[in-house]
Amino acid sequence: MYSHGSESLIKQARDIDEPELQRFYSRLVRLLQGKELGHEAVDSLQRLLLILFATKYTRTLPSELQKRLLLLLSSRSEQFQVLSSAVLRETLPLSGQELNYSQENIGQLNTHVVGLLLSQAGSRADLSSLCALLLRGLESRQSEGPVHLLTHTLPILNTILTHSPECLTEDHVTLLSKKLVDWLRYASITQGGGASSGGFFTGPRSRQPVPIAELDGTVSGDFFTVLCVGQSFTEDQWMNVYSFSILHIWHYEITTNENATKLTDQVDGSVVSMVSATSSSSRLLPPKERLREKAFQYCQRVIEQSDRKAHKRTDSELQKACLVEAVHILDCVCVEDASLVYRTFPCIKALFGRLSSDLSFARVVLPIAQFYLNHGEMAAVDCESVWKLVFGQFPAELFNDPFLAHELLRFLRLNLESLQLRVPQYIHSIPNLLKFLAWDSTAVLDDFVDLLPSLVTAGTAVELLHTLLDLPCLSATLVLQHRSTCLPISEPGGRGLLSLDAFRNPSFRGLFLFLLRGEAGSGDTIDRLSTLHELLAEAADWPRVVQCAQTVPVLLHIFFNTVVEVADEKLLAHLILVMLERSSLLLNLPTYIEEVHRVFSCHLLRLCKLQPSLVVDQSRELVEFAGTTASVYSKEEMYTHVVWVLGEYLSVSCDSRCSVRLITSCFEALEAVLFEITSSAPPPGTACPAPRVVTTLMSALAKLASRSHDLIPRVSLFLSKLRTVTRGGSVVWCSDEEDLVAIVTRGEELWSLLKAPGVAQSVLTPPPHVTVPRWHRDTNASMPLQLRTLTSLTHSQ
Amino acid sequence: MVRCFLIHTVCPVTALSAGESRVLYSRLFGPDEGALTDQHRELSPEERRLLQKEKVAMVARQVRSAVSLSREASGQLLVEVVPGEEALALQEADSGVARLRAGDPFSEEMSALWLGVQSLGFTLVCEPHENLLLAEGTLRNLTRYCLEHMHMLGQGSEVLLRSNRIDALLSRLLPHGQLLFLNHRFAQSLEKEVAAYMVK
Repeated sequence: MYSHGSESLIKQARDIDEPELQRFYSRLVRLLQGKELGHEAVDSLQRLLLILFATKYTRTLPSELQKRLLLLLSSRSEQFQVLSSAVLRETLPLSGQELNYSQENIGQLNTHVVGLLLSQAGSRADLSSLCALLLRGLESRQSEGPVHLLTHTLPILNTILTHSPECLTEDHVTLLSKKLVDWLRYASITQGGGASSGGFFTGPRSRQPVPIAELDGTVSGDFFTVLCVGQSFTEDQWMNVYSFSILHIWHYEITTNENATKLTDQVDGSVVSMVSATSSSSRLLPPKERLREKAFQYCQRVIEQSDRKAHKRTDSELQKACLVEAVHILDCVCVEDASLVYRTFPCIKALFGRLSSDLSFARVVLPIAQFYLNHGEMAAVDCESVWKLVFGQFPAELFNDPFLAHELLRFLRLNLESLQLRVPQYIHSIPNLLKFLAWDSTAVLDDFVDLLPSLVTAGTAVELLHTLLDLPCLSATLVLQHRSTCLPISEPGGRGLLSLDAFRNPSFRGLFLFLLRGEAGSGDTIDRLSTLHELLAEAADWPRVVQCAQTVPVLLHIFFNTVVEVADEKLLAHLILVMLERSSLLLNLPTYIEEVHRVFSCHLLRLCKLQPSLVVDQSRELVEFAGTTASVYSKEEMYTHVVWVLGEYLSVSCDSRCSVRLITSCFEALEAVLFEITSSAPPPGTACPAPRVVTTLMSALAKLASRSHDLIPRVSLFLSKLRTVTRGGSVVWCSDEEDLVAIVTRGEELWSLLKAPGVAQSVLTPPPHVTVPRWHRDTNASMPLQLRTLTSLTHSQ
Repeated sequence: MVRCFLIHTVCPVTALSAGESRVLYSRLFGPDEGALTDQHRELSPEERRLLQKEKVAMVARQVRSAVSLSREASGQLLVEVVPGEEALALQEADSGVARLRAGDPFSEEMSALWLGVQSLGFTLVCEPHENLLLAEGTLRNLTRYCLEHMHMLGQGSEVLLRSNRIDALLSRLLPHGQLLFLNHRFAQSLEKEVAAYMVK
C-alpha cells in the first residue's frame, strides 16, 4: 500500500535541485518537439506532474515548455490531453491570450481543456464567457459540432450554476430547459448500435432496432430513463443520464434564484399553475414550466421502475439512489409549483407504504420525510407514521449506520424550526437520538453541538441532564446490545464479559431497558444507577465508551449555557440538586469524573451568581454536601466551589430569608470539616487536601463570621491555633512547605481582618455597589469625575 | 457536485508528525472558490494555490483522524490483504462520513465521505445536499478501480507515477465532479473505455 518507495519518490520530487530541474525541463521540451510522442514523453510528463504536485509551493515552467504543453492540450491522444491539462492545473493560471477558445476552435475544446479552463477561472466574468461559449456550442449542435464535448457540457454548466448562478442568463435557462426536456422525455427507446463499437457515441448502425429493457429484463413500454438497459446506448440516451444527474441541482439553483424575482411574475406563475395542474397541453407551456412537468413525469416513472427486481446488485443500489433523487426533485418541483403537491402525494404515500417496513430503505425515507414536512400540512396528510419511523425505529435500530446518522442529523439541523414547531416527536425522541452520539460520538458531535440547544426545554432539562451524564453507560449498553445480537450466546467472543452476562440477565433487564428507552418522559433517572455503574465497570476502557465520555463535558457546557435561558428559579434549583447528587453517581472512567466535576463547578458558580437566592433556597443540601469530609478528597473541585458559593452568597444581602441560625449551622458544618482535615492525616490512599480547599474553607468561615459577629472568636481561635501548630514547620495534612506558608499567611490576613469586625464585613461582604460599580461608561463624560477624584487624592496629601 | 477526490494515507508515516496524512492524489473540481469570493480576492495566484493545497491537506488530516477513531471504536483488527484480493480489501474497508463546517476549510459546509482501505484513505468531498447514496456508490466504484488498475495493494507507487490514469478514470465516472446515475450497462461501457486507456 503506502511503501517506503512512494515516500522516497515524494521526497525526491520535492528535493530536486534547480540545475537538475532546468535540465529536466529542457530535455522535456526537446522530447515534446519530436514528431511522434511515445512512452518516454508520457513518462517524463508524469514525472513533471509529480514534481509539481509534491510541493505546495508554485514552480514556474519555462515559457517554451508551457507553449508545448498548450499545444498538447489538443493532441489526438487522450493521454497527452490528460497529462498536459494536469500539469497546467498544477501551475499558475495562464495570463493573457494563451488559452483562448472561441466558436472557431471550439472543436479543440475537449473535456480536459474545459476542466483546466474551469479550474483556472480567475473571476466570474471568465465563468460567464465559458458558459456562453458552451451554450453556443449546444445550440449549434444540430448541424455539426464536437460530439465529445456535448456530454461534458452539462456537468460544466452545473458547476458554473453552483458556483456562480448569475452567469446564466434568462435565455440560457430557456435554451437549457428546452434541451433538458428533449433529453429527459424524448430519448430513443431503441438500443444503440452494435456493442462491439468503441466510443459511446457511435450512431445507430444496427439494422433491426431493438427496444430497450427494464432492469428486470422485460421490454420497456415507456420512455427512456436511467433505469433502462440495452446492449449499448445512443447519444441522446447518454444525455438522458446526464440530464437526470444534474436535474436536482438545476431545480435547486433555479428555485433559489427565482425566489428573489418571484414577486415580479407572480401573476404569470398562477396562470401556469392552473395549466400544469391539468397538464394535457403541456407543449404549450413556457420552457421552464414544461421542464418542471417533464421532470415530474420522469421522477414518477423512476419511482415506478424502482419497484422492479433488478438482476444486478449494483442496479438495485442504483434504484435506491434514484428514489432518493426522484423524491428530492419532486420536492423541489412542488416547492416551485404548489399545485403539483396534490398530484404528487399519492405517489409519495404509496412509496412510503412500500418502503416503511424495510429498514434497508431508511435512507430513502429521509427525503420522503422531508417531503411530508414541506407539504404534509398543505395536503392535510397524517405524518405520524413517518415520524414514528424517523424518530423511533431509525435511531433505535440503525444507530450504527454512519451515513444514516449523518443524513438524519443533517435533516434535523436543516429543519429545526419547523420540527420544533410542528413535530412534537422530535423533542420526545431525545433518548433515542442520543444513541447516534453514544455510538459514534466523534463523528456526530458537531451535529449535536448545533442540535442540543433545541432539545433543552423547561420540560426536558432534568431528564436531558441525567441522560447526558449517563451517555457513556448508553454507549457501553449499545456495544453490549450489538454484541449480543451479533454473537450467539455460545460464541466464545461473547464469553468472559461480565457486563454481557448482566445484559442478558432478566433481573437487570429493567436497568438496561431504561438506558435504551426510545422516548423521554418515563422518568428522569432510575434508582439503581450505582448498580448499573458496577455492572458496566469493565466498559471503562472500551474505546467507544472512552470516546463518548470525552464528548460529554462539551455537551454539558452547551446544556448549561442554554438552560439558563429557558429555566425558572425552581428548575435551576432542581438542577443544582441534580449536580450535587450526580457528582458521586458517575460511571468510573479515567478523567471522566473529574471533567464532569469541573463542568459542574463552573456552572454551579454561574447559576448562583445569576440567582444568589438559590443558595439560601438550597442551603440544606449544599451545607450537607459541604459538611461531608470525604468530598474534600474525592471531589476537590466541586467541594471547593460549593464552599465558596456558601461563603459568598449565604448572606442576608442576597436573600432576606437568610437567618442567623442558617449562617451558624453552615459555619459549624464547615468548621468541623476544616478542623478534621487540618488535625489529622488524610485517609490512607488519598493525597493531602489541596491547599485551595483549606484556604477556601478559611475564607468562607471568615465571611460567615463577618456576618454574624458571635462567630468571630471561633474563627480567630482556629486561626491562631493554626499558626501555633505550623510553627514547627511540618504538618501531616500538607506535604509542601510553600503551600503551608501560603495557607498560614492567608490565615493571618483573615485573622487580622476579623479583629475589626466592621471592616471585615465590608471587605468580605462588600455591598453590591462596590462590586458592580455604576460609573459613567462614557469615557468623555467620566473624565472630569476621574480628574476630580485624582485631584482630591493628591491635595489631601 | 463533488468538490474534490483524494487519496491519502491514514497510517503513521515516519517522515510526518502524528496525525498528519500524506496526500498521494488529489483532484479539485470546478473553479477555485478563492478566486470567486471577495474574501480571498487580494491573494496572489501563488497564495491561492497554497491555500487550495492546505485545504486538501486539512481534509486529509480530518479523515485520517476519523478513520483512526472509527477503527479504534470498532476494535476490529485489520485483515492483511495481498494484491489480487482487491474485492476483499474493499469489502473489509471502513467507511464513514465527516461533516466539514462552513469555512473549515471550504467556504460552505461539505460532507466528506471516506473509505479506509488498509493504510489508505479514499475521500470524496461533496456538497451536503448531494445524493450521498449515489456518492457512496461512486466512491466505492472509484476505489475499486484505483485498487485494481493502480495495483495499490502492492508497492503502491503507481498512484504517484501513473496519476494520469486516475484523471482519465475521473473524467468518465465523475466528469467535472458530477455524480452520474449509471446502471450496470452504462458502467460497463465506461469501464471498457477506461480499460482501453489503461493499456496505453
